[in-house]
Amino acid sequence: MEKFFSLKILVLGAAAAGALLAAAQTFAQANEQFVPALVYRSGPYAPNGVPWANGYSDYLTLVNERDGGINGVKIVFEECETGYSTDRGVECYERLKGKGPTGAAVFSPLSTGITYALTEKAPVDKIPLITMGYGRSESVDGSVFAWNFPLLGTYWTAADVIIQYIGQINGGLDKLKGKKIALVYHDSPYGKEPIPLLNERAKRHGFELLTIPVTHPGVEQKAAWLQVRQNRPDYVLLWGWGVMNSTAIKEAVAVNYPRDHMIGVWWAGAEPDVLPAGEDAKGYNSIALQHSAGQIAVHADILKNVYDKGKGAGKREEVGHVLYNRGMLNAMLVVESIRTAQGKYGRKPMTGEQVRWGIENLNLDQNRIKQLGFAGMLQPLKVSCNDHEGVRHARIHQWDGAKWKFVSDWIEGDNTVLRPMVDEAAKKYAKEKNITPRDCTKA
Amino acid sequence: MFYREAGQFKTSYGADQAVFPILQDRVFIALWLAIGFILVPLVSTEYLFRAIFIPFLIMSLAALGLNLLVGYCGQLSLGTGGFMAVGAYAAYNLSVRIPGLNPLVAFLLAGGVTTVVGIVFGIPSLRIRGYYLAVATLAAQFFLDWVFSRVAWFTNNSPSGSITAPPITLFSLTFETPVKKYLLCLAILVLFAVVAKNIVRGRIGRVWMATRDMDVAAEIIGIRPMYAKLSAFAVSSFFIGVAGALWASVHLGSWEPLAFDINRSFSILFMVIIGGLSSILGSLLGAAFITLLPLLLNQLPQWFGIAISTAMISHLESMIFGALIVFFLIVEPLGLARLWHIGKEKLRLWPFPY
Repeated sequence: MEKFFSLKILVLGAAAAGALLAAAQTFAQANEQFVPALVYRSGPYAPNGVPWANGYSDYLTLVNERDGGINGVKIVFEECETGYSTDRGVECYERLKGKGPTGAAVFSPLSTGITYALTEKAPVDKIPLITMGYGRSESVDGSVFAWNFPLLGTYWTAADVIIQYIGQINGGLDKLKGKKIALVYHDSPYGKEPIPLLNERAKRHGFELLTIPVTHPGVEQKAAWLQVRQNRPDYVLLWGWGVMNSTAIKEAVAVNYPRDHMIGVWWAGAEPDVLPAGEDAKGYNSIALQHSAGQIAVHADILKNVYDKGKGAGKREEVGHVLYNRGMLNAMLVVESIRTAQGKYGRKPMTGEQVRWGIENLNLDQNRIKQLGFAGMLQPLKVSCNDHEGVRHARIHQWDGAKWKFVSDWIEGDNTVLRPMVDEAAKKYAKEKNITPRDCTKA
Repeated sequence: MFYREAGQFKTSYGADQAVFPILQDRVFIALWLAIGFILVPLVSTEYLFRAIFIPFLIMSLAALGLNLLVGYCGQLSLGTGGFMAVGAYAAYNLSVRIPGLNPLVAFLLAGGVTTVVGIVFGIPSLRIRGYYLAVATLAAQFFLDWVFSRVAWFTNNSPSGSITAPPITLFSLTFETPVKKYLLCLAILVLFAVVAKNIVRGRIGRVWMATRDMDVAAEIIGIRPMYAKLSAFAVSSFFIGVAGALWASVHLGSWEPLAFDINRSFSILFMVIIGGLSSILGSLLGAAFITLLPLLLNQLPQWFGIAISTAMISHLESMIFGALIVFFLIVEPLGLARLWHIGKEKLRLWPFPY
């Protein structure tokens, strides 16, 4: 008797849940596109998760309010709280993937860990993943990773651009010989992701790479910065997230490491990272994922159509912050992918499989970007079967104590370095998982 | 009334010593097995399998393993997450490095590897006990965490330290659908629960319990503490290792060391304490409480159509969950299993309780 008593509760709960789910589904309108949002508004990374979630939600609201949806198809979206933990993220995915008349259009996992877990599930469920600026670097190869789209840049691209930038300010990549570059990273797949590329670059240019891990969530980094102090690297790359970033800046002050020699990844270059460090953060650099902070045409639309109607997800004054813009940009790419898919399959709600085609054929030229109100925030982007990244341009911005300003021009990730690594890693993955790569010449 | 034993006469020692001596219990068990193996696969949705049943079954197995150590043998351990990681990485490495290895064999071998590691980290229990042992096993947790995130060999040189499990194929049957995965986990859990039940009611279980209750007295009556403690660590680690392998290969599919961090150890220890120490049923109840209740709390507002912001829901979830833990421990410090036993006693006397 004993063992299965708990199942009784379970089955009762399950039956109730099933009934309610079924009831909820009958309410769904036919002409609706369901867009799920995996967010974290609580937990150790909430200060960074909240503005992203607000931007994502506000842009989708804007499309509904201003345009009446995507070609008349209304967007229904639902948030699910992951707390940045992988198992909750997987649970959210399972909860949301079947909702709406055609199921979830596309997932933006917003965590490297969750991306890794969902990479296995997406091909089975036929739902694409947009991992804008994160995720698996080798998933640029769309012939193996058909369902992953690391749009606008991967961590390898980021690391490559940063190294190129360091080369620029030193007067050439050959000047890096004998220099020391330290990577202070979040000890998780996210933080480790740039290491292979940095190793490759170190081999080519003869600089020394120090890798210094910081354990999750990153509030204790005294030991890491002691190592920085001992070794005095010429540059410190910061691959942190959440409270780890502002702590790193404060620790840099404590060991007297110059902030203008620190360059963060694009997840270490937003307001929540520099504001807590106050005056000390002045001069701190980070790579910008195309966009930085600031308001452009689309923000005016959001303020008018969303905030003036009282439908904004966050605070009015936070519209235009770095992570807000990132969430908004991510939502825009989702919407444009669905729109592209509708161009082929008709103006109705799209299934995940159709949206996948939409992302793979996404082509935003300068004109279209201007039309959308994103001019200046985005470089033209063209996705293909062979290149799931779309565009590899980024800039470096610097915190001047009050706002972010660009200190470099657009720098493109060097594909002669990146692509062989992508191909090799993707081939290894395909072999492990018994995947036969698609022939991209026919796709 | 429901548990009236009148008329059930035992005529042999065998009948008297049966796992479930009362007819009603046997009927109920059969009923639950039928529900678990037949009804649930027929009516459940994919969400229920992947997000509810599979994690619950695997966590039950882990809690069962820890309960053998903490509940039955009285050796407090905080290294569960680390031991689960050993199972997970062992299963991965075995299947990657030995092509064609049957995954079921890989899971059992992973349990075996965890047993060895568990015994090694159980050695301090011969000298220290109680809180001190808890801290010593905590060292195991940290050490194993460190090993798996630092030694690239264990992740097959994965650059990011995150690895994906190879597909599970048993005798040309591929376990890719949620139903099959669920049945696999359920079958393993039932098997292990039967094994655990028989261990704890036999000689070894008595040796463990004697050690738990008073180790000096146990030694005086001829129980070797080394044998008792290390065997508890071995069996418990085996269970936890298999659970870790299942958690990684069947549930997550792709994982990083963070999936087995210190929080995992804590939550499994809480399952054992809330479910009920030294109870097989308690392990399952505790696992249900800890893994399922937060998900339920998270979704309740939506089911009732109450519009609350995502952040608020998750804060409420933590608050209510915490409050319920405190409430349960005050009302019934012996755990959920004890509540069930009280209920059963009452049913036995019903309708004339005294």
